[in-house]
Amino acid sequence: MTFAAASLKEGPKVVNIGLKSFFNDATRFTEAVHIDWQPPGWGDPELARMVARLADDASPDSLGAKIVAANLEALDRIRSARPVVVDIKPAREAIPGMTEHTILHAGPPIEWARMCGPMRGAVIGALMYEGMAKSVDEAERLAGSGVIEFAPCHSRNAVGPMAGIISASMPVWVLRNETFGNQAFATMNEGWGRALRFGAYDDKVIARLKWMETRLAPAMKYLIDQTQGIDIKSMIAQALQMGDECHNRDIAATNLFFKMAAPVLVKGDLDIGTVQEVVSFLGNHEHFFLNLAMAASKASLVPLQDIPYSTIVTAIARSGVEVGITVSSLGGEWFTEEATVAQGLYFPGYSEADANPDIGDSAITETGGIGAFVMGAAPAIVQFVGGTSEEAMRLTREMYEITTGTNDSYRLPTMAFIGAPTAIDVRKVVETGILPIINTGIAHKEPGHGLVGAGIVRVPKGTFEKAIRALAAKFTKGSGLQG
Amino acid sequence: MFYSNCDQRWLKLVVKTLVKKGSYQDSVALMRISRQVRASSGIKQASVMMATAQNKEVLREAGLFNELAASAGPGDMVVAVEAESEEAGSAALTLVEQVLAAPAAPEAAGVQTPRYRTVAAGAGFLKGANLAVISVPGVYAAAEALKALKNGLNVFLFSDNVPLKDEIDLKHFAHERGLLVMGPDCGTAFVGGIPLGFANAVRRGGIGLVGASGTGLQEVMSLIDRWGGGVSQAFGTGGRDLSERVGGATMLDALGVLSEDPGTRVIVLVSKPPAPGVARAILDQAAGVSKLVVVCFLGYKVHYPDRRGVFLASTLEEAAQTAVFLEQGRKPELGIPDTAFQLQPGRGYLRGLFSGGTLADEALLVAEGRLGDVFSNLGGAAKLENPYHSQKNTIVDMGDDEFTVGRPHPMLDFSYRVERFLREAGDPEVGVILMDVVLGFGSNPDPALELAPAIVDALNQARFDGRDLKIVISLVGTDSDPQSYRAQAEKFRAAGAIVASTNAQAARLAVRLLAGQTKERTTGGAN
Repeated sequence: MTFAAASLKEGPKVVNIGLKSFFNDATRFTEAVHIDWQPPGWGDPELARMVARLADDASPDSLGAKIVAANLEALDRIRSARPVVVDIKPAREAIPGMTEHTILHAGPPIEWARMCGPMRGAVIGALMYEGMAKSVDEAERLAGSGVIEFAPCHSRNAVGPMAGIISASMPVWVLRNETFGNQAFATMNEGWGRALRFGAYDDKVIARLKWMETRLAPAMKYLIDQTQGIDIKSMIAQALQMGDECHNRDIAATNLFFKMAAPVLVKGDLDIGTVQEVVSFLGNHEHFFLNLAMAASKASLVPLQDIPYSTIVTAIARSGVEVGITVSSLGGEWFTEEATVAQGLYFPGYSEADANPDIGDSAITETGGIGAFVMGAAPAIVQFVGGTSEEAMRLTREMYEITTGTNDSYRLPTMAFIGAPTAIDVRKVVETGILPIINTGIAHKEPGHGLVGAGIVRVPKGTFEKAIRALAAKFTKGSGLQG
Repeated sequence: MFYSNCDQRWLKLVVKTLVKKGSYQDSVALMRISRQVRASSGIKQASVMMATAQNKEVLREAGLFNELAASAGPGDMVVAVEAESEEAGSAALTLVEQVLAAPAAPEAAGVQTPRYRTVAAGAGFLKGANLAVISVPGVYAAAEALKALKNGLNVFLFSDNVPLKDEIDLKHFAHERGLLVMGPDCGTAFVGGIPLGFANAVRRGGIGLVGASGTGLQEVMSLIDRWGGGVSQAFGTGGRDLSERVGGATMLDALGVLSEDPGTRVIVLVSKPPAPGVARAILDQAAGVSKLVVVCFLGYKVHYPDRRGVFLASTLEEAAQTAVFLEQGRKPELGIPDTAFQLQPGRGYLRGLFSGGTLADEALLVAEGRLGDVFSNLGGAAKLENPYHSQKNTIVDMGDDEFTVGRPHPMLDFSYRVERFLREAGDPEVGVILMDVVLGFGSNPDPALELAPAIVDALNQARFDGRDLKIVISLVGTDSDPQSYRAQAEKFRAAGAIVASTNAQAARLAVRLLAGQTKERTTGGAN
């Protein structure tokens, strides 16, 4: 019998978990590291045991080794993704299974009756935009009639910010992940102020949606054709060097997009009126890139679905009522928890009392390793987290504790150009108790008011508790320690 | 990722190309990488860039363009080097991979102390880590131990209150991996010359130990040191290891480790009486080991047939004595013989106040042999009705759970033992008080400072009352311990206590001080 334990006679090198005095004693004689230990699973011993049963394992062919390999594969798929905009066309043509009666929404599945104010407003607006309802009453009746098929954007590989409403006529970006051949979709961003995604549905909102459909979309289609595809990954990478985190701050990325688009648009075959309108729209919009960053993140994460044994999060999405996550090896199942209100700064005249609980699919950016995860590289938005860039870097550092590795395409100039923390591991979240952070806009809880603030929010721990239970049930047997 | 060779023999130079698909790097990063590659030996020229049409043209002009570079798109990074040899070219591309994988510079030191929140993170940081010392609350301890084992670490599990089923699972798992789980409730170990937990500073030598009890191991190791022997390694097993269900898993594995350890010549096994089947298994394995083995199953009354190379010891003292004899090949200088103590036998009862469970056991074993029934909380024949109140002759283990819930172990915190001592000393029925004091790492930094003033007070009071009170101290430790055995012994003697050489001797002296008392044994049993 050969004992690994025999290595001890050369002298132990100690990993100390618990009393600091044992560490202090050990360091008198040997190398040691003290673990800054907190009870795993937010103190629930049962969750702590599940984490241990699913933990990384040095022994080949063990469950832990399979999980390690699967998660590295997942990380590699994110890293090697190449999301490129290849088309823009109406949702009914682009998105599989999209009918005239389909309305896609943000977050995990939710029916009309439970939808929050901003989402109801956006549904009303979409039905009026589609010409399916003439009035608010009519739209509400139709929405509740059962005729309309509601489904999460994520169920169709689409993503939508805030209410995330997509209806059949809305033009959507078509992103293709050139490495894996999969697609993802998102609408074009409408801009600040009163917008459908915050639940506004007045005439001006509808008119802008119509303009986007008839004027902006053809111009973007022309741009895509002329450039033979727009490489979004490169733009995100550059924007991170310019102070964006590509979720709440997209100004650099939007500028990069504008810089690329303007020469093409002005030289082209488009009528001068369209060009003037489009250039003016893009030039007055700081957030236009957000939906592209989201779709690129989604396109990069779709290939992670159904990697056997992988414990990596494939989506984080919020309906304004619930927050849900999906996990690679657990199919499309949503693990949900009640949504909370973000901590943040409010525009003058608004307060937390006006805020809708967390809403939108934009947390797909954090799922893909950008957004709040790289906030340490976006000093301009740190006032949302208390004002210091040190605090922002601390939050980013935390995210390395719950992710599988780094994405070397997305580097953080403020933090020695380290790659972005990427591929959230459910096990690490439950073990460390560190919940993923999300940078987010805050919508008014009543439809139509729009954005009232911005801030940061943590994914509720209940989502991860449910996910780790599902992983333990799937991959370990019984309640024994080893499973 | 793709590699290509383009052997340009006529130039005697080799062009090697690496394309990283979809790996955007900003221009500063690219420049930094280029510079590093160019600086490496055997490289004539190097180019690291994003494969835009314009940059491809640059490559072409430099003579670094090839099919692989042609296949790269604007989102891909292309590295092209012209090298003096195949090896130099490969080395340069490897360097690029390494540079890409690491941040440009370590973050400024001092800005942030690294924090490791998990066993895996700590084990990843400390190269060659091979042991986890775990002292978290019992409900979490088994999970941490399992993670440590999965990381290839042996485990020193100090935590108590770990469910028996978990202990069995952990030890089974560890055995399959060739790893050791010391504990749960493991108080001491001496591993590769390093003391762990509560442990004494002992000379290194050829005696390896495995013990199911912390203070038992500490006593034997300290005596070995004091008598001129040396210790190779010592492993604790936890108190339940030799039960029927755990089956001596750790003791058997640790015995295996010591049997293969070239630094170990003599092996000592120490525990309370094991389950009969387990005792047999251990003795059988011990007999199969090509080294001499001393076995002390304290209080074990079953007769077992002689086995070659296995020596049975009935006390910790005898185990240490035998081990040193076997290691040194000659009779060692032992401590002060019992007969050298000038004792005036007195009257009254014995009160033993112990911090070490096995030391209490050994004292009880000795005392029962001479005094008959001795009340205790140790699971002996005469059970104390209330461990907080002595009855007639009493030996109480104050390190037991019922005393330590919510407060530190009496080896660290002397307050409640001092309080109990003063209460016993004031009892006119009491003639002798016997106490252990365990020195070493993890223990109280100056036990004499805690206990000696109380001894002085008690003896003065007894003299004032015209009573005859004796204090006997069983002092466990070595001169190299932080507290120094010699210095502590001196302080206790100065306070008026009798300091014995061994725990067993302390018990014998205490009993002798009560000589002339009638036996009160009510239950049968061999003497």
